[in-house]
Amino acid sequence: MQALTNRVKEVDRKPLSFMEKMYLPAILKGMFITFSHIFKKKPTINYPEKKRPFSPVFRGMQILNRDEEGRENCTACGLCAVACPAEAITMEAAERQPGEEHLYREEKYAAKYEINMLRCIFCGLCEEACPKDAIYLSESFAPADYQRKQFVYNKSELLIPNPKEDPEAYKKALGNRAKPTTNA
Amino acid sequence: MAEEVKAAPPATFKVTIDNITIDVKPGTSILNAARQIGGDVTPPAMCYYSKLEGSGGKCRTCLVEVAAGSTADPRPMPKLVASCRTNVMDGMIVKNMTSEKVPDARAGVVEFLLLNHPLDCPICDQAGECHLQDLGYDHGKAGTRYQFSRRTFAREDIGPYIQLHMTRCILCYRCTYVADQITDKRVHGIVDRGDHAAISTYISKAIDNDFSGNMIDVCPVGALTDKTFRFKNRVWFTKPVDAHRNCENPKCCGKATLWLRGDEVFRVTARKDEWGEVQSYDGKVGWICNTCRFDKKETKDWTIEGVTNISRHSVIGANKYKVLDVPGETVSKVMGGRAPKLLMDIHNVSGVNNPDIDLSDLQRPAHSGDFKKDPEPGLESKN
Repeated sequence: MQALTNRVKEVDRKPLSFMEKMYLPAILKGMFITFSHIFKKKPTINYPEKKRPFSPVFRGMQILNRDEEGRENCTACGLCAVACPAEAITMEAAERQPGEEHLYREEKYAAKYEINMLRCIFCGLCEEACPKDAIYLSESFAPADYQRKQFVYNKSELLIPNPKEDPEAYKKALGNRAKPTTNA
Repeated sequence: MAEEVKAAPPATFKVTIDNITIDVKPGTSILNAARQIGGDVTPPAMCYYSKLEGSGGKCRTCLVEVAAGSTADPRPMPKLVASCRTNVMDGMIVKNMTSEKVPDARAGVVEFLLLNHPLDCPICDQAGECHLQDLGYDHGKAGTRYQFSRRTFAREDIGPYIQLHMTRCILCYRCTYVADQITDKRVHGIVDRGDHAAISTYISKAIDNDFSGNMIDVCPVGALTDKTFRFKNRVWFTKPVDAHRNCENPKCCGKATLWLRGDEVFRVTARKDEWGEVQSYDGKVGWICNTCRFDKKETKDWTIEGVTNISRHSVIGANKYKVLDVPGETVSKVMGGRAPKLLMDIHNVSGVNNPDIDLSDLQRPAHSGDFKKDPEPGLESKN
């Protein structure tokens, strides 16, 4: 049969030679490699006690950002949800009422905003799609849990602490990568 | 000169647009001739609407270059012409895509249209089906050179169903033509002149005409939007299906597009053709009445025909089944009739799309109070 490409490799169907039939040399060779690793430097660390530094481009759990006055940036435009390849993000929008101007920056806001962390693949496309500076992938993991339902994160779990009411927690949540010029 | 004998005009005019030759009837505009060819040859149009008499000539997005005026006078036209307002001549040669001047001129036109247009697409309900968005994407430049503050207006209610955002208006006059030609009497129009020109109802008179909702469909931008759909959902998360009903109104065509989320009808619009205009049926334009548009928000009011055909390049078709019936579950068949054990029902955890809250029943945008009925069901079950 003619091959489609020149990268085709024929499967070798020759009968095993005497050395191969013995098996022992191959096993010994494998054992030698295994034992040699005992004397090498350990690549693992004991996680909760010791932590590795994050890469500057690390993508962790999402946070919903606020502006310097503590108002929610998200305007429920849905671009993160449509960009999400795993369809993890859902939201429902509402109109801002008079008297709610200190809570939401735009006249439309996300009344509900949920990320299903079981679906999320941490690709960061939501952050890239956001036109309002509202969603960021932070430097933290989604904590482990025994139940699935704990992984559907709603707004109360995603929102960054209010910089007006809780500046300490807000600063901590911004992390090390936040530029000093943005957001206070 | 007066006695000059004119030859009878030929029955059809031969016109060449972007090297494609077509025979059209005398009196056809260049834009309509290009639409008969179709595809990329067609210049974009923001103000011209083939179903509205007298529309066009205002936005200048359909500018084309005429390389030869006609067989009798093959001189090129000195300036770019608005193709919606210029009729073809026999032997005319038009350049749209192939012209060097047109893309540059069109980028300038888009820049001018966007001078005062706010960049609030994330909030605007028209986003996803906005002609200005498409135009800006295809023909615009990435930045603006405008340094002054944009003109702003307070948002206005035109009647109980229509929301007017004058800041987004590009003054195409389409809605006033709808009011003039389709509804019985017009109570809104353009007030003031020049930079101050604004669409408004005179002395904020409410529009209660049966066909006023069609203004929403002809608006190329998000200046006139459906208040019953306002902020309910993004256009691309709703699924458009073609449906019809026997409307009592003799002028109403009864054929519409329903925009669904699940079984909820979030929005009803007239059906659109490939140029974004309301479709015609047997020579009659398929305008729909306000009862169909605003009051029939149940699937049982309609006979659903099938899924609306959406261009595969449009965001509206993204992440949707192209059929009405979702493919059935096959797991129980494979498992010998035993149903799979569900580990989590999303409605027990998620507050979004709560089955108890029917957003389509609201005749206004949702407010914070509408979601308070069942505050965060996720939280209760979690803790």
